[in-house]
Amino acid sequence: MKQRAFEAAYADEWQTFAGLLDALEQPRPQVEPADYAQFTHRYRRVCHLQALARERRYSSYLVEQLQDLVRRGHQQLYRRRPRRGGALVGFLVRGFPALVRAEARLFWLASALLYLPALGYVLAIQVAPDLVYNLMPPGQVTRFEQMYDPANRVLGEARESATNLAMFGFYIQNNISVAFRTFATGIAGGLGTLFFLLFNGLLFGAVAGHLTVLGYTQTFFPFVVGHGSFELTAIVIAGMAGLKLGHSLIAPGNRTRLESLKAASRVAIRLIYGVILMLLIAAFIEAFWSSNGALAPGLKYTVGAGLWLLVAAYLGLSGRSRSARAGGRHGA
Amino acid sequence: MLDTRYAVETPEGGELLLHPAGIGPRVLAYLIDLLIRGLLFLVLALGLGWAGGLGKGLAAVGFFALEWFYPVFFDLFKGGVSPGKKRLRLRTVQDDGTPVTFGASLLRNLLRVVDFLPMAYLAGLATMVCNGTFKRLGDLAAGTLVVYEPDPFATPQIDEAGSRALNLPLSTEEQKQIIAFAERCPQLSEERARELAAQLSPLLGAQEPDPVRALKQVANGLVGQR
Repeated sequence: MKQRAFEAAYADEWQTFAGLLDALEQPRPQVEPADYAQFTHRYRRVCHLQALARERRYSSYLVEQLQDLVRRGHQQLYRRRPRRGGALVGFLVRGFPALVRAEARLFWLASALLYLPALGYVLAIQVAPDLVYNLMPPGQVTRFEQMYDPANRVLGEARESATNLAMFGFYIQNNISVAFRTFATGIAGGLGTLFFLLFNGLLFGAVAGHLTVLGYTQTFFPFVVGHGSFELTAIVIAGMAGLKLGHSLIAPGNRTRLESLKAASRVAIRLIYGVILMLLIAAFIEAFWSSNGALAPGLKYTVGAGLWLLVAAYLGLSGRSRSARAGGRHGA
Repeated sequence: MLDTRYAVETPEGGELLLHPAGIGPRVLAYLIDLLIRGLLFLVLALGLGWAGGLGKGLAAVGFFALEWFYPVFFDLFKGGVSPGKKRLRLRTVQDDGTPVTFGASLLRNLLRVVDFLPMAYLAGLATMVCNGTFKRLGDLAAGTLVVYEPDPFATPQIDEAGSRALNLPLSTEEQKQIIAFAERCPQLSEERARELAAQLSPLLGAQEPDPVRALKQVANGLVGQR
């Protein structure tokens, strides 16, 4: 077929499609439902015509003109609509815990990397109290002492609500940034994640151990027990996502390192969605519940235990029947 | 030809040409965005300073959002074009040419932390020069690409009337070169144009008096002006 005959036969088709694209590219497209229904069909036709024109070596002008239509059609067809809220809620309720369970070994590894150094440092400080200064400058230690000194607390008085709001914002900024860093640096073969988990574990151990030695347990532990449930677990999950990135590069299996990293990233980033949610909850608890000095320590311990159980049940049980079914399908 | 463009075949059998952007324009776009972010920081700090506790809280959340989610916002709601990228005509896309997804956008922006190490994005720049499509670590992991916006399609303007056909088949690439020559003629000196066109005179016929005019007419024929 000569180019001129080709144009005579099909120009109508791509001109109609070009008109449809012009309409769709407006900020507020005014397109008939019938045209929407026709879109993919017309797009495939133009792709087909472009391939023909290219293979038959029609003039580059025609080929490029059709190529431009293919590109614009592709942009329209594969445009992502923001996900519906329902899908996100469904993921956070069921998908996220299932994802954590699917990587249970990494979860326990990251937990061990955070909690064991903390525990070790708490115990070590009981024997050698000066160890706290190995990790923190004296000024910072003094600040922590003042913060949790029972003598400085007017018991039975709640903090001002304005301060609570300020602290809520601060906790969001600080904690989520820590989690993001813990995750992202995992791409360096897991080394960055390893560092942040160990370092935060040791730091927490130093503070907890030092305040225990001073006997400030009645102010410190009731404060941290509540939000610790969501916050520490979220940091562990951010750590496990980071370790997953690192592991994918160290042991890529049958894939190339790049493909292995991409596959691991797709899972890891979904873990981070859950981490963000958990840290928002933690910041809320920390700002409005943990900081409330008017509440008796007994009540705080009780609620704290409840929150830990809640986190455990959420990650351990939620979405289980569905994931079990999915697992069964894989097995079969 | 030294060219960083590469073609992606769509599932429908069409062909997409992606033109990955190099370090220079990406750094410039980043600096523009950095400036805008800096100004927003300032506005936040000044505007919320007086509002007490609530203001401080909002400012902290605002700083956090600006630090981590500024690019994610534009990837998601502006099709991968931040103000800096818009100025330099760049766009973030997936490496199969489709618009960037939320997950990929979040990932590539969280990994900035690592690209930034040890200072001033050295790790990212080193990674960018090590692969053919200028991807930093975040792009590699997320499977994203920063590309030039293609120029809007325009009919070539050739200042010559009449058309003629060559008696031999030309590949698409050869056709493009002839059209490009005809378009660039007004910017070339007459001697240079003649010198270039003379190289093709064996194809045009030895007795051709004016090869430049002849090539322009060939180009006209290729573009479809008769």
